[in-house]
Amino acid sequence: MGDVLVATVSIAFDGFAYAMLLFMISVGLSVTMGLMGFVNLAHGAFAMAGGYVLVSLMNSLGVPFLPALVIAAIVVAVFSVPFERVLYRPLYRASELEQVLLSIGLVYIAVGGITYIYGPQPPHIALPSFLEGMIDLGFKSFPAYRVFVIVIGLVTALGLWLGLERTIAGARIRAAVDNRRMAQSVGIKVDRLFMLTFALGSGLAAVGGGLAINILGLNPRFAFIYLVFFLIIVVVGGMGSVRGAFFAAILLGIIDTGGKYLWPEGGAFFIYVVTMAILLVRPQGLFGKPA
Amino acid sequence: MSIRKVVISLAAAAAMLAPAAALAKTVKVGVVLTFSGGAAQFGDLIEKGMKLYMKEHPQAFGDNKVELINRDSKNPGGAVAKTMVKELITREGVQMLAGFVFSPNAMASAPLATQAKVPMIIMNAGTAWITKLSPYIARFSFSMWHAAYPMGAYAHDKLGCKTAAVGYTDYPPGKDSLEAFKTGFEKAGGKVVDAVPMGGPREVPDFTPFLQRVKDAKPDCFYVFVPSGNHAAAVVKTFGDLGMAAAGIKLIGPGDLVPDTELQGMGTPATALTIMHNYAADYDNPANKAFVKAWKAAYGASTTPDFMAVAGWDGMAAIAHAIKVQNGDVTAAGTMKALEGWKFDSPRGPIMIDPKTRDIIQDEHVEKIVDDNGRLKVKVIDTIPQVKDPCKALKIGKCG
Repeated sequence: MGDVLVATVSIAFDGFAYAMLLFMISVGLSVTMGLMGFVNLAHGAFAMAGGYVLVSLMNSLGVPFLPALVIAAIVVAVFSVPFERVLYRPLYRASELEQVLLSIGLVYIAVGGITYIYGPQPPHIALPSFLEGMIDLGFKSFPAYRVFVIVIGLVTALGLWLGLERTIAGARIRAAVDNRRMAQSVGIKVDRLFMLTFALGSGLAAVGGGLAINILGLNPRFAFIYLVFFLIIVVVGGMGSVRGAFFAAILLGIIDTGGKYLWPEGGAFFIYVVTMAILLVRPQGLFGKPA
Repeated sequence: MSIRKVVISLAAAAAMLAPAAALAKTVKVGVVLTFSGGAAQFGDLIEKGMKLYMKEHPQAFGDNKVELINRDSKNPGGAVAKTMVKELITREGVQMLAGFVFSPNAMASAPLATQAKVPMIIMNAGTAWITKLSPYIARFSFSMWHAAYPMGAYAHDKLGCKTAAVGYTDYPPGKDSLEAFKTGFEKAGGKVVDAVPMGGPREVPDFTPFLQRVKDAKPDCFYVFVPSGNHAAAVVKTFGDLGMAAAGIKLIGPGDLVPDTELQGMGTPATALTIMHNYAADYDNPANKAFVKAWKAAYGASTTPDFMAVAGWDGMAAIAHAIKVQNGDVTAAGTMKALEGWKFDSPRGPIMIDPKTRDIIQDEHVEKIVDDNGRLKVKVIDTIPQVKDPCKALKIGKCG
């Protein structure tokens, strides 16, 4: 294969795997922000919590990787409900500043709490053997784990798309994102809908956090380190749009990977330029509705 | 005279006068380490090494006591460390400074050490020319050149690498390590085909794009310097994930790549590594056996010391020596005199502080990681005895 082709395939594959991680973590944030307009900067903390629950399940209780991933998602989804009910709910009508203060405070508590319980050292987990090594696709071999992440990401995206476009619950969510007051007045219980969406988003973030351990690495500051990326995906994709989050994640993942691959000296900077350019042209994001 | 100078001189004078009458004297040592943030693990290891020496060798200080005053340098930026050092000197009146995980923190603090005449005992920061920044600096860890320079010749002559790519974290010790390896490798006849900066030292990046670039370029050897700990673990993991060993690329680097604390979590990819290092918890010598035993007794059987912990231990031994020979009446000149030429039976083997450069002289070992019935073990396969910092010996760049 020619050098250019090799580079293109490398960038596309690694960028896509990275994008799927970012998508899974960010999509819940996008939908909840679109639904309630709540600025939840602590969303990454739920991803981080998912990662650490997975670590505990595997390393302390000996649960295998795949079941542990599912359990972690359920634990975090259930656990996120009291947060939403007790802490977030009173601030739905509050100003953005108050929401930001509350949620960033939660991130600090999460960072401190995780450091206290697990220590600052990044944890390790042992992957099942079928996820280690390479998968040969004929023209090039790819790391099995990243292929797995891509598959999970695509399945999640497809599931969410079908759920939103083809079910009553999905129609309700879309209605509530479009016009909350109208949705309420036709009898949709937006409040309960939001709670469920919040739990689902947190659960997905937990899966993303669990999958991220072996790609991005996990440490108590995870929720801070990737916060900017999650927010970029939400604003570039457009708030409340699953499709937007999906394509924004792909754009971000591939540009970030490609920038670092081709120009390691300054490539990490590309995504910010692209983000600025997109927002200058479309302030509402790629798939957002104009304010 | 500026107010700061007055305060510093007063503090220094007070520090010299006050304990003169008492018999058992207390020496104040300011400890500047990263205790929070992404690098908290390093501060933790070094502090534990220091405390362990004090606990195991209370008699080493003579009749005197040492009081450690901890300050958190937080990140590799340098600014916080400088503020902390200023405060330790002016307000706390410390007679020595110790610690310094990141090079920029030591660099930013060096002028203060010179100005206030406070010896700086460096326990990690490895950029070669740091010791040139102040006559009051002595280093008990390593220079980047200790491992990187001999690794260059070893990679070419023994590992048979004709081409090499270098990946490094983009800050002073990273560039220093690149320069050291390149000098050694090209002197031996090899060629460095690509040098890839891989993000900054603060947070661990996703190394995939950088390593994929190297994999596609197909060098014989891939030399990597990243901060130890989680950066290192991530590099080795990604190297394994991308199947680079199977693609015929040898991963080499300084020992920072295989910190003992991360080794067991690295899994089989670590067995592809060849490193040049001054310490591993697996070293088989009496001083190390005693050290590791004391460590596990104090901090738990599942924990392990690493090279940073040993630098803390050795640095503390040097502090004890300086206090003891001066009978607790420590002066900057007296301390530096005690440290220059100091010899010690360290857990890493025999070490000495070069009286000319105030940098450490130590053995460097070529090491492989082997699987010993499911436990990864460091195996020494070659030793280069008593290496002096090659950067200063060859007078390269800022080392000249």
